[in-house]
Amino acid sequence: MATEHIKHIKPYSPQFGTMIPMGTQKFLRTCVLYQLIRFVAINIRMTILILKSHH
Amino acid sequence: MAKIVIMGGGVSGHTAASFLKKWLGKKHEIIVVTPNSQWNWIPSNIWVGVGEMTKKEVTFPLAPVYAKAGIDYRQAKAISIHPEGKDGDDTPFITIASTEESKMGQEDEITYDYLINATGPKLNFDATPGLGDGNGQLGKHTVSVCTADHAIHASEELEKSIEKMRAGERQRFLIGTGHGMCTCQGAAFEYIFNIEHKLNDAGVRDMADITFISNESFLGDFGMGGIHFSMGGYATSSKVFAESLYAERGMDWIIGCHVNKVEDGKVSYELLDGSMGEKEFDFAMLIPPFAGVGLKVFAKDGADITSSVIAPNGFMKVDANYSAGSYENWKASDWPRTLQNPTYKNMFAIGIAFAPPHLISKPMSSPNGTPINPTPPRTGMPSAMMGKAVAQSIVDMINGASEPTHTASMSEMGAACVASAGKGLFSGTAAAMTVYPIVPDFEKYPGVGRDMNGTTGELGLAAHWVKHILHHLFLWKAKLKPGWTLIPE
Repeated sequence: MATEHIKHIKPYSPQFGTMIPMGTQKFLRTCVLYQLIRFVAINIRMTILILKSHH
Repeated sequence: MAKIVIMGGGVSGHTAASFLKKWLGKKHEIIVVTPNSQWNWIPSNIWVGVGEMTKKEVTFPLAPVYAKAGIDYRQAKAISIHPEGKDGDDTPFITIASTEESKMGQEDEITYDYLINATGPKLNFDATPGLGDGNGQLGKHTVSVCTADHAIHASEELEKSIEKMRAGERQRFLIGTGHGMCTCQGAAFEYIFNIEHKLNDAGVRDMADITFISNESFLGDFGMGGIHFSMGGYATSSKVFAESLYAERGMDWIIGCHVNKVEDGKVSYELLDGSMGEKEFDFAMLIPPFAGVGLKVFAKDGADITSSVIAPNGFMKVDANYSAGSYENWKASDWPRTLQNPTYKNMFAIGIAFAPPHLISKPMSSPNGTPINPTPPRTGMPSAMMGKAVAQSIVDMINGASEPTHTASMSEMGAACVASAGKGLFSGTAAAMTVYPIVPDFEKYPGVGRDMNGTTGELGLAAHWVKHILHHLFLWKAKLKPGWTLIPE
């Protein structure tokens, strides 16, 4: 079931009012092929930040 | 020949000392005074705290590294600063007390031409009754991940809890901040998610109730007033992301909270609305508030001038605007740039040791007058950048510059933070964040305070790989191994 992983969330609890990742989003978090692309992207972003921050 | 003394050998002080020696060579003397014999890559203490790393993997002895680099290393704690010298001698000096076992407590004086205060925080466990043992150390009711030794103890206690759960006994976990004025909410964030990940791996997650307790007025404040990440065309608050992860992982949270007492299996607390509460636990990790290490400062005639150099919180005054007033008047320009002490121009304070002008988060207190607000974090990247900038300034001042030449303001630099949410080569995740600038500038970036082009966040396996690689890179860098200068701060 698409929401099995969040069956613990009760209506009108503090957890009820936030956003929860579903199927594809959860899969992509640990999908090695997709995360290899994200690894490159994260490193590029961090490099830009480092270069911008050194004075 | 100039003599530069650095008090503290953590990320900030070690970075300053390393670069000073590299740039000044043998012609000038670099002395590091630090009470620890080991250098600790503190971010990885989280993994030690869940049994995923050993103490040896996060520490190394300083003496051989400094000996090889030609840096004079004194294992001692700094006690006092005498910036005007003493009667009969104008040379400024510090007093130190050895922490080496063979010479414990032995005092000495070290003169200096330039002094860098990189002493970091005093872990003020005793600020909350029951959190400390009454002698400034961690008490017996909770665990800590602030040091490698604390983290080892925490992992042992965690293992006991896991065994109890395997035997069918439910366990209540309470992780967060142990006082209304703590910082380091990010470390507590990492620890709670690593515990949750560990419990899942151990097959006992369904036997655990996990609660996050924090002085933040909203989840995701992190002592930075929250962050807006650029995501899918929206500027999305860190509140949304933080709550999402806690909710997804089945954790409750208590926020806007000042823990005012810790007892065996129970904390008492006060909330921002003035109400009081109690929470029972079987396993608790509560970050202590920070204070300065207690340095005293004396004038030439021996008069105590500590209050003119050190702020009431124990951190050293620098070129910050300490008269900014109320929150509505705060500006990004309040934050120090050169980190130079305004009175004694050959003295600097970097990393956690400098006194911030004020909080980053909005000050809040309960109707009873109890301050409940996170204090500003100074994480590894800005701390190291401060160390390098001050080192560069001192080199230029030795070579004739009348003022510091380099700056490292938290309102003009960004931070890359990677917060682990569980370790595992293919199962781990972390939140990789870039934040620019660290201190929000609402004049330059109205509404969100930060550059949306440079402020991003994402959660996934790739970020975990980044964190693990950074662990190895920064240890390589700190050991001053070949190519260490190529690894950026």
